[in-house]
Amino acid sequence: MKRDGTDIEGLDIRKLLSAMAAKLHAFLESRGRQATEIIGVRTGGVWIAEVLRRRLKIRGPLGALNIAYHRDDFGRVGVHPTVEPSDLPFTVTDRHILLVDDILYTGRTVRAALNEIFDYGRPASVTLAALVDRGGRELPIQADVTGVSLSLKSGEHVKLQGPDPLRLSLLKNPDSPTA
Amino acid sequence: MKRERNLQINAHGRLQHFLTIEGLPRELLIEILDRAEGFAGIGGRAVKKVPLLRGKTIVNLFFEPSTRTRTTFELAAKRLSADVLNLNIESSSAKKGETLLDTLRNLEAMHCDMFVVRHHLSGAAHFIARNVAPHISVINGGDGRHAHPTQAMLDAYTIRRHKRDFMRLKVAIVGDVLHSRVARSEIHALKTLGVPEVRVVGPRTLIPAGVEEMGVSVCHDIETGLKNVDVIVMLRLQTERMRGALLPSAAEYFRLYGLTPARLKLARSDAIVMHPGPINRGVEIDSQVADGGRSVILQQVSHGIAVRMAVMAMTAGSQAG
Repeated sequence: MKRDGTDIEGLDIRKLLSAMAAKLHAFLESRGRQATEIIGVRTGGVWIAEVLRRRLKIRGPLGALNIAYHRDDFGRVGVHPTVEPSDLPFTVTDRHILLVDDILYTGRTVRAALNEIFDYGRPASVTLAALVDRGGRELPIQADVTGVSLSLKSGEHVKLQGPDPLRLSLLKNPDSPTA
Repeated sequence: MKRERNLQINAHGRLQHFLTIEGLPRELLIEILDRAEGFAGIGGRAVKKVPLLRGKTIVNLFFEPSTRTRTTFELAAKRLSADVLNLNIESSSAKKGETLLDTLRNLEAMHCDMFVVRHHLSGAAHFIARNVAPHISVINGGDGRHAHPTQAMLDAYTIRRHKRDFMRLKVAIVGDVLHSRVARSEIHALKTLGVPEVRVVGPRTLIPAGVEEMGVSVCHDIETGLKNVDVIVMLRLQTERMRGALLPSAAEYFRLYGLTPARLKLARSDAIVMHPGPINRGVEIDSQVADGGRSVILQQVSHGIAVRMAVMAMTAGSQAG
């Protein structure tokens, strides 16, 4: 069910994450992907991935992607502000990968993240989980599991703040919408 | 100096050309180091490339021979997915201005986006930056005795990797400071980054007059100069730039200023030894030191790729928007 943006600031993120973890568990099991490596997209996706990693009892270390160098807007905005570099402390090839982002919007971030993952090797599969699906896709990309789907008015954007506590906030007409 | 700064930084406050460290703010140097950190891991991936500069053409315009600098610039460009053209131009000394401009116009006509320039004349990269089409970025890969800013930044990067805090360091730069563009850029970089004590060490004939004005201390005795330093930067004896008898002989130079295991003991026990290469074994540095556990000379080469990627990405991205 889609909600509008009016009350997202009061959403209980822990509850959403518990529900996501349960759905992910069922999803991964139904496809025989129990043994996964987990990767978050910096910065918000890493926060979400860390919680999901614990709830799903994934033993391996957490991977983190900085997709700044795989973005498609270099010609328009140049290099993005520096964030910590990518860190995938495991082999990607032939592994099932659980890719986690905070907000799924145009799909361009996920496109960049997939490209970057394939620069490390050839995974057996990639499952996509996003805390928020806010619609507005510009690429044929969908999450396998989402925490909440939002229907936002034009000019509205949603941002995850964290890591402790994790909180969603609604921005109206921000300068540079992300995700 | 204001003019140089304006030339390097565009109207949006971004780094358009990278010609000299002089006049650049500390924050910008830190940004280069931080970005290099982001690029450093790419060499270890299955696909050693990111698509950032896909579709851009970068020209290595080398008027002076170079192996390390040219190949690391080339690798840096290729790891950013740019296309690279290597031009080694053996220039005769006269008519240079005219030839250079003609070369530039031709390369512009080929729709190139960036020039990496190495030239034996000081100021060549500035000259080119002033004369290229506005969409082109120029990176100085070493001009005469003047500047070698990417080498200075890769040295700063190497120092930060080992020492973390610039604010507590003692650094000795040893050898032929007079002919060294590396030394000049390095002093600017280290002082801008906040290194409190930079010593230049060498014979009177190879230390430029007035170097103290750059905020360094001068030492003609290597034993004093190395005492308790955290970082030793050895410079190559640049015999090709020397005119007249500045030194009795290479053997005499090694006896007086060569970095030997015994002299290394004067520095702090965790001091690192750097050298921009190519090294002259037995002239400025003993093989035991060059190949020893404190030497980070080969790390400098690897770091050079990441730092050059950072500078290329920043300058190429300066015109976005």
